[in-house]
Amino acid sequence: MSEPGPNTEARRIAGEERDRARFEEEALALADQVYRVARRLVGSREEAEDLVQETYARAFRSWRSFTPGTNLRAWLLRILTNLNVDRGRKIQRSPQTQVLEETDYYLANKVASAAGEEALEADEVVERLSQDSIVKALADIPAPYRDAVVLVDIGDFTYADAAQILDVPIGTVMSRLHRGRRALKQHLAEEALG
Amino acid sequence: MSSHAPCDRCEELLQDYLDRTLTDVEWREAETHLSGCDYCARRYKFEVSLRRYVRTTAAERMPPGLMDKLSELRGLDATA
Repeated sequence: MSEPGPNTEARRIAGEERDRARFEEEALALADQVYRVARRLVGSREEAEDLVQETYARAFRSWRSFTPGTNLRAWLLRILTNLNVDRGRKIQRSPQTQVLEETDYYLANKVASAAGEEALEADEVVERLSQDSIVKALADIPAPYRDAVVLVDIGDFTYADAAQILDVPIGTVMSRLHRGRRALKQHLAEEALG
Repeated sequence: MSSHAPCDRCEELLQDYLDRTLTDVEWREAETHLSGCDYCARRYKFEVSLRRYVRTTAAERMPPGLMDKLSELRGLDATA
């Protein structure tokens, strides 16, 4: 029953205010998940905090370009990864280690030769890998591979979402993910087992 | 140490098996091999534990105070 009149504009503005407030609420509810991914994409907690703040500042400014009903978490991460690239993350990382083409059983084989085949069945062996060694191993993977691993294996994004966030084809996400996971296992083997 | 072809093939299928992105034919191939090969079955199990562990261990909660800073950004909406 919207009759045209002087109230129409006021009503429109009020409606938009509500939409904006709702958008902000929904985005803020995802902050912990956004931070968790950001923290593993960059080198330090401070950088991750800055990056998340920049992301939310940009998201709140451009909330109208978000399509309601689509994946808000992926939309936020898209902003975040773009900002991260803009910041010139190439220089913030130590020289990128070369990805050796170790195979998928590499770490398991190392564990087996150090502690025996049966050790592979015991969760405690995995749990003996310290948080530090996992964090360091992740940080040492070359950035494009790390992005894929962090988004899919830590952020729980689908291949399709990760492809959209990183603006690359799905096939590229998959190959980076596969290589990234192998690199992670290789680094873990070196970190944890020497 | 395994260097025979079926285990190498099974190793190649590992990631897609766990990601559930194998074709039906590949899936059956992996299942058939795994049901008869302890060597590969142990390594698959290890990979599952590893993934779960990396996922939980690498997760770090938001530092206290960040939420307040983000909330303060509300209303930045610039009607350009």
